[in-house]
Amino acid sequence: MSPVLEANELGRDYEVGGGLFSKPGVVRAVAGTSFTVEAGKTLAVVGESGCGKSTLARMITMIEAPSAGSLRIDGTEVTPERWPELRTDVQIVFQDPYGSLNLRQKVGQILEEPLKINRKELSPADRQAKAREMMRLVGLREEHYDRYPHMFSGGQRQRIAVARALMLEPKLLVLDEPVSALDLSIQSQILNLLNDLQERLNLAYLFISHDLSVVHHVADDILVMYLGRPVEYGSRDAVFNSPRHPYTKALISATPTADPTKRRQRIKLQGELPSPLAVPPGCAFAPRCWKAQDKCRAERPQMTGEAQPAACFFPES
Amino acid sequence: MTDTTSELASTTTARPGRFREFWSSFSENRGAVIGFYVFIAFLLVAIFAPLLAPYDPTQQFREATLQPPVWQDGGTWQFILGTDAVGRDMLSRLIHGARYSFFVGIVVVVLAATGGIILGLVAGFAPKWLDTLIMRLMDIVLAFPSLLLALVLVAILGPSLLNAMIAIAIVLQPHYVRLTRASVMSERSKDYVIASRVAGAGRLRQMFITVLPNCLAPIIVQAALSFSSAILDAAALGFLGMGAQPPTPEWGTMLADAREFVLRAWWVVTLPGIAILITVLAINLMGDGLRDALDPKLKRS
Amino acid sequence: MSLLTIRNLSVSFATSSGQFRAVDGVDVDVNPGEILAIVGESGSGKSVSMLATMGLLPWTATITADQMSFDGRDLRTISAKERRKIVGNELAMIFQEPMSSLNPCFTVGFQIREALRKHTSLSARERHARCVELFEMVGIPDPEKRLKTFPHQMSGGMNQRVMIAMAIACKPRLLIADEPTTALDVTIQAQILDLLTGLQRETGMGLILITHDMGVVAETAERVSVQYAGQKVEDQTVQGLFETPHHPYTSALLSALPERATEKHLPTIPGVVPGQHDRPAGCLFSPRCKFADDTCRQTPPPVQSAALGHARCHYPLTTPEEVSA
Repeated sequence: MSPVLEANELGRDYEVGGGLFSKPGVVRAVAGTSFTVEAGKTLAVVGESGCGKSTLARMITMIEAPSAGSLRIDGTEVTPERWPELRTDVQIVFQDPYGSLNLRQKVGQILEEPLKINRKELSPADRQAKAREMMRLVGLREEHYDRYPHMFSGGQRQRIAVARALMLEPKLLVLDEPVSALDLSIQSQILNLLNDLQERLNLAYLFISHDLSVVHHVADDILVMYLGRPVEYGSRDAVFNSPRHPYTKALISATPTADPTKRRQRIKLQGELPSPLAVPPGCAFAPRCWKAQDKCRAERPQMTGEAQPAACFFPES
Repeated sequence: MTDTTSELASTTTARPGRFREFWSSFSENRGAVIGFYVFIAFLLVAIFAPLLAPYDPTQQFREATLQPPVWQDGGTWQFILGTDAVGRDMLSRLIHGARYSFFVGIVVVVLAATGGIILGLVAGFAPKWLDTLIMRLMDIVLAFPSLLLALVLVAILGPSLLNAMIAIAIVLQPHYVRLTRASVMSERSKDYVIASRVAGAGRLRQMFITVLPNCLAPIIVQAALSFSSAILDAAALGFLGMGAQPPTPEWGTMLADAREFVLRAWWVVTLPGIAILITVLAINLMGDGLRDALDPKLKRS
Repeated sequence: MSLLTIRNLSVSFATSSGQFRAVDGVDVDVNPGEILAIVGESGSGKSVSMLATMGLLPWTATITADQMSFDGRDLRTISAKERRKIVGNELAMIFQEPMSSLNPCFTVGFQIREALRKHTSLSARERHARCVELFEMVGIPDPEKRLKTFPHQMSGGMNQRVMIAMAIACKPRLLIADEPTTALDVTIQAQILDLLTGLQRETGMGLILITHDMGVVAETAERVSVQYAGQKVEDQTVQGLFETPHHPYTSALLSALPERATEKHLPTIPGVVPGQHDRPAGCLFSPRCKFADDTCRQTPPPVQSAALGHARCHYPLTTPEEVSA
C-alpha cells in the first residue's frame, strides 16, 4: 500500500522585493524536503520560525504549487490540474481558532460549506445530518449548530475547525500548530480529541509544531527543519533519545521541562537565525553550531544515513 | 471516544447578543444617539410628507408673498414658517424637500456603494495589473476636486436631479473602492479564507460569500458618512442650478431661488440652510457612533 | 522586609455588559533577590494584577487593595509624579511583544538614552557609555553599531534584549517580566531566560516572571504563585509545587502536561475557565474539579496555611499519592 503522502525533494522559492530599479531576490522558503506519511500515523514537522513549516503546509494543502520536487497523495502525482479532485483528501486545521473561522457564518454553515462545494449531489437535509454527526464526533452539542463562532471559547472553536476539516472525509490532516494558541487545560482536550479521531478514522496527520513536549506526545516520526531545509528525519524515539544533528540536540536541550529537580545544563546556541535572504553558503546551521569546522561553512551537507538521516558532516554518535 | 463526548464542552457562556453589544457601544456616544433620533425623525418626515405638509409645495398664494414666519410681525398661523417670493408655503416645501434629500442620499449611496464594492472586490482579488489599473483610475477620479468633477459631469449629462445623483455617485465611488480593497486585502490573508480555499471554494464564492460579509463594517460606516455628503453635494449642485430644477422643492434649489431676497426676507434662505445643516450634522454624528461601534480598528480612544 | 507587598488586590473593569472582576483578592510578596513566577491560563488576571501595581491600567479599571507597597512606600496614595519616579526606575517591566514595545520611529540607542535622561543625571557622553555597557550586559554583539539600528532591523530576540537593557538601565530593584519569551523561538527563549536569571543573580534584584509555561517556571523560578480566574489559588516553592501541589487545579494542570503523560490519552480538566457571566457561587474551580462537593459549590473556600501552600480550597491535597490519584 502506498503512503498517504509522499514528498520528494520538495522545494518552493519566492521572489521578493524587486522594485523598479532593483532585481528581485529569491528566498528559498523550502528546499530538498522528502518524507512520507502513512495512514494512521503522525509525522511531526519541528522547527523555529522561518524554517519553512508554513510554506510546506501551503504546498501540501494545494494552496501553492511547489517550484521543485514532487508530491504524491495516495499514490497520485499532485499537479495543479488535479488539485480539484485531490483537494478533498487533504484538509487543514490552523493555529489560531479566532482567525480560522468565518465570524459571519453559523457553525452549521461553516461545517456544510465544504459539502456544498464538493458534494453537490447531497440534499440540504443530508448535509445537515452529516454536519450534526460530525459535531457529535468532535464533542460539540446539538444546540451549537445555530450559533456563531464568537460565542465559543478557544477550545470549542478548535473543535469546530477540526470538524470542518473532517467534513470531506480526508485521508490526511495538516495540523498547523493546532494547540499552541490554547491554554494548557484545553490543550490536552484537543490532543485527546485528535488522538481519538486518528484511531477511529485511520487518519494520517502532518503535525506542525514548535513545542517539543507536545510533539513527543503525538508523533510517530519527526522531521526537523532549519531555515527551509530538513536537518534530521527519524522515528520519535530515535530523534529524542539519540539526536544526530547538533541542531536537534540543541532544540531538545533548550525545551524547558516541567521538573524543577532536573535543571540541566542547556546547550547554549550562540546567535540568531540568519535571514532567509542571506542564508550562509555551507551548512545553514554552521554559524551557530559548536562543532562547525571549515568544511561546514564551505559545503552544504546532504541528508545521509538510512534509518535516521541527518544533514551534518559530523553527526552525533 | 466516549471520553471526548463526555467532556462535552459544556459551558457556552451566555454572552449578550451581537445586536445588544452593538447597541450598548453605540449608545455610549451620546451625540450618535441624538443624531440617530434626528435621522429617524427626518426619515419619518420624508415618508409621510404629503400627510404632514399643510399645502401642496408648488401651490402659490399670490396674496401672501414673502410673508414672514408666525413669530415675526406680519406672520400668520396660516403659514407657520412664512412664504417665499411667489407665495409658496415654506413649511410644506421644507417637508417635501426632506423627501428629495433622502431620495438623493439613498440612490447615491446605493449606486456608489454597489459599484465601489464590486470594483474593490475585483481589485482585491485580481492579478496585479488589473488591480493597478482599477486603482489608478480611481486615483484620477480622486485627483479632481469632487464638486468640480460633478459639475463637469452634470454639464455633459444635462442638468437634472437624476444626472446630479449619477455624477455624485461617480465622484463618491473611489472611496468605496479603496475601502473595500483595503479590507479585502487584509481579510484575504486570514486563515478562514485559506480554509475555504483548501475546501475548494472558487473565486466568486470567496469574494462574495466568504470575504465580503467580513468587510461590511467599514463600508456601512462609509455609507452613513457619504449619505450626508451626497445630500450636501446635491444641495450645492441645486444651488448652482445644475441639480433639481425649479419648482422642485429641493433644499439647494430653494436656496438658489431665494438668493436675491437674502436682505429682505431672511427666512427664505436661512430655513433651507438650517434644514441641510441639521440633517447633515445628525447623519455625521450617527456615522461617528457607527464607526466606534462597528469598526474597533478606527476607534479613537 | 519584602520588596513588594500586596494584600487583597482587586481589579474590576467597567465593560458594556457590567462590571468584570479580573483580579479578586490577590496577595503578592516579593523579597529582594527572589524569583517569583506567577502562573495562570488566559483570563487568570496574572498580567492585570502586575499592571495595576505599575499603575498602567486604563481609567475603566477600579483598583482596590488593603495594602500595596513597594519598598515601604504606599503605591495607592502616591502622586502621579512620585509614581513616575518609581516606575521605570526602581520598578521596571518588560512585555511579551518586543516588537510592539519599542517605538519603531526611533533608533534603539535613542530610546535607551531617553530613558536614562529621564531617570538619571548622567551627561550625554556618560549616557552613551552606559548604553554600550548595558548592551554588553544583555549580550548584544557589536553594541556601538546596534545602538544606531531601528527596532524593525533586528530580530525578536534582539529586541527583547534591548527591552531588557532598557528595563535594567536604571538598576531596578524589581523587574516584572510579562511572558518575556512567549513570542520567541525555543532556542532564543533559552538564551533570554538565562540572561534574565543571570542578571537577577548579578544585581540582586527581585524578579517576577509572569508565564503560562510550566516548563519555564520549573527551570527558572524559586517560588510560584498559581492564579485561576482572578484568584490566587496556591503559593509554594517551586519544588513543593511540582512534587505535591495542594490545590486540585494545580494538580490537574500539572498532570495535563503532555510530558508527564504515561499513556496516549491525557488527563484533562473538563470545561472552561468561568467568564464574566458564569462565575460560580462557591469555589471558582468547583465546576471543573473532580473532588468538588456541595460545600465547594456553595461556600467560597478559605485560604489554607503556608504549609498547605496557601491553597484556596476546602479540601487541599496533602500527599503526592493523593495528587496523582
